[in-house]
Amino acid sequence: MTVEQIVSEGKDQFPIGMRVLAVDDDPTCLLLLGTLLRRCQYHVTTTSQAKTALKMLRENKNKFDLVISDVHMPDMDGFKLLEHVGLEMDLPVIMLSANGDTKLVMKGITHGACDYLLKPVRIEELQNIWQHVVRRKKKDRCNSGSKDKPHPDSGEAAGIGNVDNNGKLNKKRKDQNEDEDDERDENGHDNEDPSAQKKPRVVWSVELHRKFVAAVNQLGIDKAVPKKILELMNVEKLTRENVASHLQKFRLYLKRISCVANQQANMAAALGTADSAYLRMGSLNGLGNFHTLAGSDQLHNAAFRSFPPSGVLGRLNTPAGLGIRGLPSPGTIQLGHVQNSGNPTNDLSKLQSFVPGNHNTNILQGMPMSLELDRLQHNKNVGHIGELPTTDSMTVFPGSGNLVDARITGFSNNQLLGVTSNSLMLEGSSQQATSHTSVSAIGFQNGNALSDFTSIAPASNQLQDSKAGSQGQASPINCNAGQIIRSAPQEWNAPRKDAPYQSHASINSSIPINGAMIQLGQCLDRNNSIFHRTTDLDSVGPLNFVDPLSIKHSEGDNSIMEPSVIEKEGYLMFQPRPHGSHVPDNIGSLEDLASAMMKQEGGCNGYSLRTSI
Amino acid sequence: MLGLAADRLRADMNRLLSFLFHQGILDEQFLQLQQLQDETSPNFVSEVVNIYFHESEKLLRNLRSLLMDREFSDYNKMGIHLNQFMGSSSSIGAKRIRNVCLAFRAASDQNNRAGCLSALEVLEHEYCFLKNKLHELFQIQQQRVLAAGVRYPMQH
Repeated sequence: MTVEQIVSEGKDQFPIGMRVLAVDDDPTCLLLLGTLLRRCQYHVTTTSQAKTALKMLRENKNKFDLVISDVHMPDMDGFKLLEHVGLEMDLPVIMLSANGDTKLVMKGITHGACDYLLKPVRIEELQNIWQHVVRRKKKDRCNSGSKDKPHPDSGEAAGIGNVDNNGKLNKKRKDQNEDEDDERDENGHDNEDPSAQKKPRVVWSVELHRKFVAAVNQLGIDKAVPKKILELMNVEKLTRENVASHLQKFRLYLKRISCVANQQANMAAALGTADSAYLRMGSLNGLGNFHTLAGSDQLHNAAFRSFPPSGVLGRLNTPAGLGIRGLPSPGTIQLGHVQNSGNPTNDLSKLQSFVPGNHNTNILQGMPMSLELDRLQHNKNVGHIGELPTTDSMTVFPGSGNLVDARITGFSNNQLLGVTSNSLMLEGSSQQATSHTSVSAIGFQNGNALSDFTSIAPASNQLQDSKAGSQGQASPINCNAGQIIRSAPQEWNAPRKDAPYQSHASINSSIPINGAMIQLGQCLDRNNSIFHRTTDLDSVGPLNFVDPLSIKHSEGDNSIMEPSVIEKEGYLMFQPRPHGSHVPDNIGSLEDLASAMMKQEGGCNGYSLRTSI
Repeated sequence: MLGLAADRLRADMNRLLSFLFHQGILDEQFLQLQQLQDETSPNFVSEVVNIYFHESEKLLRNLRSLLMDREFSDYNKMGIHLNQFMGSSSSIGAKRIRNVCLAFRAASDQNNRAGCLSALEVLEHEYCFLKNKLHELFQIQQQRVLAAGVRYPMQH
């Protein structure tokens, strides 16, 4: 039962009957999980093999609403499965493990899990998992519906993201597309009979992807435009939109890899340890991983898609629209184009629709602002980034000056989860009442000067100033694949050979920081342990979140061209602490953070907020 | 007479259960297991627990053979087994076992082989104890079922 059905029919009994696929190699846990889920009145299919699960999912994309999977499985890593599912089927995936180590949880987030449960699983936790299904669908719908003035590419990207959605979304996309006809170079597809809405979802098989990569390589990553790629690939029934969305994902993927690699290198350097998990992330096999990235058509506008893993953005419940220009539409951390034409209030409301996660854990919903969460994560005890307040005045964002409260939605796990892609790690606290909490834009990292943003002190809501950061300083924030760790200051994008990717700095600068202050205070749960723990988390380095939104959005025109931006968007970037710019670890307040950020200005190279929506 | 047997059995069962809970051998997760047992799955608890025993013995054997190997160095591999054991133990509510697993994991994280070995020994001991107690519990339950099926000769 799809959301569309749910919404339109109105007589279904969702969440009763929600179709869940449970995967766990441990028979004890699998039996228990299956029984618990049935007790919650879901319709359950269990399997102990990840490969079988994928096969079932691929056979029929609409057969399941939600997937729950163990992390450690012998035939396939749970995270891999997660990526595959996210990309190919765009279903919400919940991870399950006996190990609630922060790093793993973070890995789950970055790979796109919408929740991470710890064993032993209790029935109470399972009773609420349906929210992830609803949330995702809602977000998708919002995304497609909220584009007022999409940039040409962004509009398209957004549309593409929804290309395989059910009819409603397609229809919306078509409407929007029609608005942009003149901007599109290829209209055939867009102007198709509006009644032919439901498009078969394209599965990016390994072969197809290989052709795609070959075409991209031939054209050069910079010059690779969907139209040409499509021509080179010469596959029938493949549309330019399919290619465009796949390209977005690919770019994000590449970005993520480099970020991860960078981050890992940084971390390793800083910590002197090689974290195998992270390194593994960095060394994702290109094809294979990308493939997974490509899976989801629903990743929204490109850029964001995931903060590191492409799935992440899509999956995390990010507040929908970031009001900021160029901020992705609500519900996704998408940096991509701003779906809302820069009308923050729209986004806010969308954001608000985000339902905070379950009890304890929250996932950051990324508002594109980059926040540096210092040490947040390391502390396992961190309860989680506060419950996200249901209210929402989150304003994200910078350009518009709206303040967004990042919400962290949650993982039901108590562990603190990393930041969500858009880097806003904001703890939604119920406090967010004030509309204007300023959110401090966090961390922008410029190629050279990494601004560190220490975690925002919980206490203050004070980020009032948009000035912090915003101004253009966006230095690219490192995308942190794994965690918020203090890493040695380094160019996080050092290894990138791909020029565009390196420009994150520039892109980042466009982060709307201006004014987009993330209201950390609001987000932060005042009572929240996480922030209170900042001092405890010594080991965690400053996290700089780049506000992906800000970065990219401006660009509707560039969305494809600036992969770096794209990637940045939605990335939760953890910046290694720059040598020089030292942000005190115990920044007590957002203001401090903001001012620290301000000091970092200058990296921007004059990239002014490019949110030129 | 028979009625008394049923009562006695029930008392035995309760006593055993409260002992297990009180000693921290089992926790509320076990209760959840019991709650999942109903008419549609009348033997759910014993089914799950038997699967658990079967898997755990394999895991414990693997752990032991890994650790006893003179050239043991693959903590990751051991970690995987341990993680699974810990997951299943906590899922059935074997609290004490899970706690020992935590200690085991800590030792493993530090690559402390001796610590791992001693944790493994405690684990094996705890596992045997739990297995015995749970078998006892199931026996009592079986007897209760039998006792409940017996009719008083006087009944019409």
